[in-house]
Amino acid sequence: MSQVLEYSEKVMDHFSNPRNVGEIENASGVGTVGNAKCGDIMRIFLDIEDNVIKDAKFKTFGCGAAVATSSIATEMIIGKTVEEALKLTNKAVMEALGGLPPVKVHCSLLAEEAVHAALWDYAQKNGLMIEGLEPPVADIEERE
Amino acid sequence: MIYMDNAATTKIRPEVYEAIEPYLKDLYANPSSIYTFAAKTAKDIEAARNTVADFLGAKSNEIYFTAGGSESDNWALKSVAFTMRNKGKHIITSTIEHHAILHTCEFLERAGYDITYVGVDEYGVIKLDELEAAIREDTILISVMYANNEIGSIQPIKEIGEIAHKHGVLFHTDAVQAYGHVDINVDEQNIDMLSASGHKINGPKGVGILYIRSAIKMEPLIHGGAQERGRRAGTLNAPGIIGFAKATELAKAELDQRNDYEIKLRDYIIKRITEEIPYTRLNGHPTDRLANNINISFRFIEGESLLILLDQKGICGSSGSACTSGSLDPSHVLLAIGLPHEIAHGSLRLTISEENTYEEADAVVDELKRIVERLRNMSPLYEDFVKENR
Repeated sequence: MSQVLEYSEKVMDHFSNPRNVGEIENASGVGTVGNAKCGDIMRIFLDIEDNVIKDAKFKTFGCGAAVATSSIATEMIIGKTVEEALKLTNKAVMEALGGLPPVKVHCSLLAEEAVHAALWDYAQKNGLMIEGLEPPVADIEERE
Repeated sequence: MIYMDNAATTKIRPEVYEAIEPYLKDLYANPSSIYTFAAKTAKDIEAARNTVADFLGAKSNEIYFTAGGSESDNWALKSVAFTMRNKGKHIITSTIEHHAILHTCEFLERAGYDITYVGVDEYGVIKLDELEAAIREDTILISVMYANNEIGSIQPIKEIGEIAHKHGVLFHTDAVQAYGHVDINVDEQNIDMLSASGHKINGPKGVGILYIRSAIKMEPLIHGGAQERGRRAGTLNAPGIIGFAKATELAKAELDQRNDYEIKLRDYIIKRITEEIPYTRLNGHPTDRLANNINISFRFIEGESLLILLDQKGICGSSGSACTSGSLDPSHVLLAIGLPHEIAHGSLRLTISEENTYEEADAVVDELKRIVERLRNMSPLYEDFVKENR
């Protein structure tokens, strides 16, 4: 089936008009996950002040779903505390996008993992222990 | 809309449509029936068979109508595997075949057959020395495509047939992308079996042919009635067959003229893209390729994103990216010619027709420039590349 038909309106909107594309200079935390072999790489930049995510940006190499999940994930964590952002799940990302085709579910896992990786980088840089935060897996496929 | 996906399917020609129409309306008789009403259809089908045979330099009783290229490929492989199982269970094919061949080979492997997949060079042309070295006592068939559907590389068919016959092995070619686009002569090119499809040559969907050299013993793939001399059951698809022959007739008459136009337009598009967009490469051979095929990899970007953005501008193309196929691996053809995964993911196939204009070509290239830049600005791979090379 045509991919264009399989994507929800929300996915197409976030793909066509991605929010928060770009980089943050001297970011509080940066996380990169995925691999080029499988065709998806996500990088998320966080600007964190007083434990609150002031800004988030992303860069993604990947399909329409990969771009859309990174876009909505950044939107969902801006203004949240570090602990709240840590609770962002791939399910929540998928729900916010009005669902994903089954073959694209891994993109939402990648978005979740990219946020965790950026938070991990922030914690490492600042010598923080954040409950529930584990070292990121660079390659999401390894986890499945 | 700008349609540049003619390797996927083509627009039916008005002449073909007109030729088919009577068989969809008034001439509905089953051509196998005995009464006069059926006789015209039966006669027209035999004329159609002649047209096709003539185009291939074959005899008309060597042409079998099927439901398309995939059926023809399945039939050729499964039938030879079955009828020659006492001679041997070894088949040789290439790494860049269409899935109609590759998945049939995988099925035969599960059924106890041994398949050798011969590799290709950087341009996607089969290595003849490896092919010959792969032949064994128990080899029963060599199946190599005439021209590749993704990168357009044309295979040395005559030479492959020579090698096959030297060793007493049958030679089948999947000519779905080549039929109607190149001159084919089954005798001169040592072809024993050949698959072709109607909808790739401005004909109807759901009809194809398998050419089978008359001396070859075949088992039907579709068992049933006595149609097609007992080798392919099923009421004859009169509209499809008439349309296939009409499309063949037009393709034959216009072949040189159309190829001349398409090659110029193809090379114009390739030149503009590779000169005006950095970090791109042409996949397949620069000149020895199908007249309508353009396949380009854009580094640092992914093919599905590219296709969706082109679609939003009304441009139809296709990609060898994994995301368009539902698997994680990019095109087996692009990997076979040695592309790394990340470059294979960022490929675009444009397959033009004689209806495409230079204005359309310019519009596509201009749009591509904007889209590639936009996706690269979003790509962490490009960001890393720029930083490393600063």
